[in-house]
Amino acid sequence: MGSASSILAIAYLIGSVTFIVGLKMLSNPATARKGNLIAAAGMFLAIAGTIFLYEENGRKLGNYGWIFAGLAIGSVVGVLAAKKVKMTAMPEMVSMFNGMGGACAMLISIVEFNHLVHGGAEVNIVAGFKAIMAGAEYNAFTNVTGKLLVILLGLIIGSVSFAGSVIAWGKLNGKIKDFAFKGQHIVNLAVLGVILVLMVWLLVSAHHTSTSDYSIDLQINDAGLQLTSGGALAGLSAFFYIILILSIAYGVLFVMPIGGADMPVVISLLNSFTGVAAACGGFLYNNPVMLTGGILVGSAGTILTILMCKAMNRSLKNVLIGSFGASAKSGGGTAVQGNYKEISLSDAAVVLRYAGKVMIVPGYGLAVAQAQHVCHELEKLLEDRGVEVNYAIHPVAGRMPGHMNVLLAEADVPYEKLEEMEQANAAMPTTDAVLVLGANDVVNPAAKNDPSSPIYGMPILEVELAKMVIVNKRSMKPGYAGIENELFFQPKTSMLFGDAKTVLQQLVAEVKAL
Amino acid sequence: MTAVLDFLQLHIEMVYVVILSIFLGIEVIGRVPSVLHTPLMSGANAIHGVVIIGAIIVMGKAEPDNYLALVLGFLAVILGTLNVVGGFVVTDRMLEMFKKKK
Repeated sequence: MGSASSILAIAYLIGSVTFIVGLKMLSNPATARKGNLIAAAGMFLAIAGTIFLYEENGRKLGNYGWIFAGLAIGSVVGVLAAKKVKMTAMPEMVSMFNGMGGACAMLISIVEFNHLVHGGAEVNIVAGFKAIMAGAEYNAFTNVTGKLLVILLGLIIGSVSFAGSVIAWGKLNGKIKDFAFKGQHIVNLAVLGVILVLMVWLLVSAHHTSTSDYSIDLQINDAGLQLTSGGALAGLSAFFYIILILSIAYGVLFVMPIGGADMPVVISLLNSFTGVAAACGGFLYNNPVMLTGGILVGSAGTILTILMCKAMNRSLKNVLIGSFGASAKSGGGTAVQGNYKEISLSDAAVVLRYAGKVMIVPGYGLAVAQAQHVCHELEKLLEDRGVEVNYAIHPVAGRMPGHMNVLLAEADVPYEKLEEMEQANAAMPTTDAVLVLGANDVVNPAAKNDPSSPIYGMPILEVELAKMVIVNKRSMKPGYAGIENELFFQPKTSMLFGDAKTVLQQLVAEVKAL
Repeated sequence: MTAVLDFLQLHIEMVYVVILSIFLGIEVIGRVPSVLHTPLMSGANAIHGVVIIGAIIVMGKAEPDNYLALVLGFLAVILGTLNVVGGFVVTDRMLEMFKKKK
């Protein structure tokens, strides 16, 4: 009996340590992959230990058929989804998995609430008697209220994370458009306020009902006690489900107005929310591994969110409240207009072929077109003909920090060819031609020159310092931030319209023919 | 108010764990290069899948006639597993590509 639970305690301890070590190793490129595997091994240990060794009041877990069926379905779907997803769609995938975790926390809270309402108090009474017998001051009612608090927190945070992540997923794959209405912040705040007021009210009334009920029935017997307490708390369950619905609505409203370019930050934030929701489960079950794992992700996720904001030189408040789309419309009036010039494929091929030094600036357009392989082909072709080709990687190019590195690595582009922003900017003045592939906001000079621009202050790749700039885009439509780019209208810049993959294939053919 | 204080006292060890873990989380990823932001987020995403343990407990102690607990618990186990397994596999796929370039 006792040995099983002490083995489980050790399994949880090892699990907690692997999470810490794993996170630490994940933040260093050399050890990252190993760190992920170590954390996964610790997770496996904690899960297996829970299934076979967990016991509550001397009772082991049952329903093994259901548990293993659930694990099997989840694993098969999870592995297939994770293996089949395209590199471009990985951010969405992470968001979706995050939402599943949030939903899991939400469901746990629903079940545990019902458990609490329908006689879950029995355990507390027994424990309370034991404690009083042992001479300790123990308040069984506090335990009910405390449990309810943790359940409610898990419910609220879990469902906000779930709903928000699903919206973020939809936004990243283009299924859901930005949606904002006047005074949305006020509505959002009001919904959040109502949720919090209801939560406090529910806790206070649960405390009172349970206290009064117990005090009347304490002399009778266990069975009678449960019945009364159950009836009283059950009256409150309508409010519990109202909180659930409002929390889901808040998750939707919270993410809806935030622009697609800011989704990575939002996903990272929701990620830390789910961590906190998991930690609530740790409190509920007195489970140390859930607690440490959840809180670690909660705090590391928050810091990561802030780091991501810093990489874009924006504050978190700005991302969350100053929704991109809305401010862009007001600032958009001052947008530069003018004439842009197009360049033909053959001219572009000649420029690239006879340049001494070419810098490629990849962006989301490259990822969408899945053009990383043909991009690498063009780069090799130009190198064979004596042109020095490098890639300038903006930290937030694409939809997530590091997106471009992962994408180009997939196409076997050598690591040395990827230059970080500072290096690349230093090399710009000596570069003959810059080829911008589906990037927009990260090369927008407005970030430097125009204080009214919503991206003002974001560090950019200063491509206008190079001798010539060729911009490949599908059309003149503004980028994700929804703002005009004066770079396109500068005399040095030529536009090369078309899908990145098609254009690159044609460029490869043209360069070969030269 | 007393309820809150009693709750804190009852769980004081866990409160310590929470506070120390917060600082640990901040320290552990304090200096991560921006290239690793996405994989790190994905890895952290997999780690909070530890919530699956709660789902297993819910499922494991559900009475055979409590259909609400059975159905919701089953769903929770599936979703939690998706989070854990999918999270770790996606992270590994991302990092696998980083390795190739060395």
